[in-house]
Amino acid sequence: MDGVRVDGVERVFRGRRGDEVVALRGMDLRAAQGEIVAVVGASGCGKSTLLELICGLQEPDAGSVQADPAVLMPQRDLLLPWASALDNAALALRVRGVPAAAARAQARPWFERFGLAGFEHARPRALSGGMRQRVAFVRTLLAGKPVLALDEPFAALDALTRQEMQAWLSHALIAEPRTVVLVTHDVEEAVVLGDRVVVMSPRPGRAVAELDVALPRPRHRTDAAVVALRERALEALGAPA
Amino acid sequence: MRALGRIADPPATLPPRPAQPRARRGGSGRFVGALAAAAIVLVLFGAWELYADLGPVDRLILPAPHDVAKALYVDRGLLWDNFTVTAGEVLLGIVVAGAAGFVCAIALHMWFTLRISVYPLLVASQTIPIVMVAPLLVTWLGFGLAPKLAIIGLISFFPIVVTTLDALGRVDAELRKLLRTLDAPRLRILRHVELPAALPGLFSGAKLAVVFAVIGAVFAEWSGSDAGLGHLFQQAIPQLLTARAYAAVMILSAFAIALFGLLTLAERLLVPWAKDPPGGNSR
Repeated sequence: MDGVRVDGVERVFRGRRGDEVVALRGMDLRAAQGEIVAVVGASGCGKSTLLELICGLQEPDAGSVQADPAVLMPQRDLLLPWASALDNAALALRVRGVPAAAARAQARPWFERFGLAGFEHARPRALSGGMRQRVAFVRTLLAGKPVLALDEPFAALDALTRQEMQAWLSHALIAEPRTVVLVTHDVEEAVVLGDRVVVMSPRPGRAVAELDVALPRPRHRTDAAVVALRERALEALGAPA
Repeated sequence: MRALGRIADPPATLPPRPAQPRARRGGSGRFVGALAAAAIVLVLFGAWELYADLGPVDRLILPAPHDVAKALYVDRGLLWDNFTVTAGEVLLGIVVAGAAGFVCAIALHMWFTLRISVYPLLVASQTIPIVMVAPLLVTWLGFGLAPKLAIIGLISFFPIVVTTLDALGRVDAELRKLLRTLDAPRLRILRHVELPAALPGLFSGAKLAVVFAVIGAVFAEWSGSDAGLGHLFQQAIPQLLTARAYAAVMILSAFAIALFGLLTLAERLLVPWAKDPPGGNSR
């Protein structure tokens, strides 16, 4: 298995009174090794469920999910408030039993590379939102999984920081290629970051369109080609462009 | 590696955010609060003094604050000796209850079966009237330290277990999912995430417990003892040494307040992140 392969997946949640919510029905998704697939859809279309299926946190009710080991990066950074930035990043190693000194030694070079040098010993509350998200990304990388499942990783950031972080992530993934499934409700973000954009229908969610983004990087929101693709994606979403 | 240099933007562009405003008021507000509290206490004591001096009640029955102050001074040796006994009981009881409560909370947290079977019993145990159990324990365990520790432990154990258990379980659901994708085994989650997260809960419980523990110590001493402020109090009443009895009450109150304050201070020093927003950045 290389990458991610989701075939005809159905996921149904049953409420206490027997009512059913079909989160996904007939959902297909492919992500080749090293490919960045951006999944866009309206809120509640089952995007997060899709990522949890890929991460093995849930089982499909029908269909199949095959994926290389995946690590989840949620919208909130979820840094531990008592631990330093370095220890937060090293958590991915510590919970697998790596001794503290070795875990920190492995985490430290990433701080240099990701512009976090000098903030190793800062507590999360002393870091800006963008920096916190970068620490969380280092933690995600240190998990050592071939697949990254990014669940709206920048949605909680302000607009300016979000754009900075999109550009940053784009660079970071060129340097550290991984299979990425990026879920977002921000069409622009999907086009700027993805090799491919998958558009999902409202609930029950399934893939209704797929756009190849064969554009050179770095991409900018204002590039004509990016804007054109954004319009096409919005159209597929059924939103007035 | 060189190409990666571009990923790093100069840290200077992102200076550390200044400390976020916390959910508590700053210096001046607190000062005003302390001043108001002092004024209220002063007014109450003033009213008490006036009533005791000028009112219809004999000062032997209701001593004035200055009588109590005098007793505090005159009986200082006696009060101090008995205070050290009670304080020792309370401190030892709190440490025992704290350690036992913390371990018990972890056990209840880790084993679901234990939680659903023992937790209701623990809650039910709180309905036992401790005032009645205290003399029974003394009958059983004698006049020494053992029944005091048992009673103080019984009283302060519960809040510590409840608040710690609560804090252990309040770890963010998203964080739990994340930890699962990091392949974290149960015990390492406990060690690296849940235990530190539970420390503020332990402190909240301990702050409640010290207040109860002082009350528990008094019950324990009333039920049978030969020393301690509770014992001294009990002996002072029939001798109509009411000023001494009031002095004992004040010392015990001050002691409970001091313990509470010390714990608050320790909490601020040891778990300064307790008031940080959990789970990360919000909008």
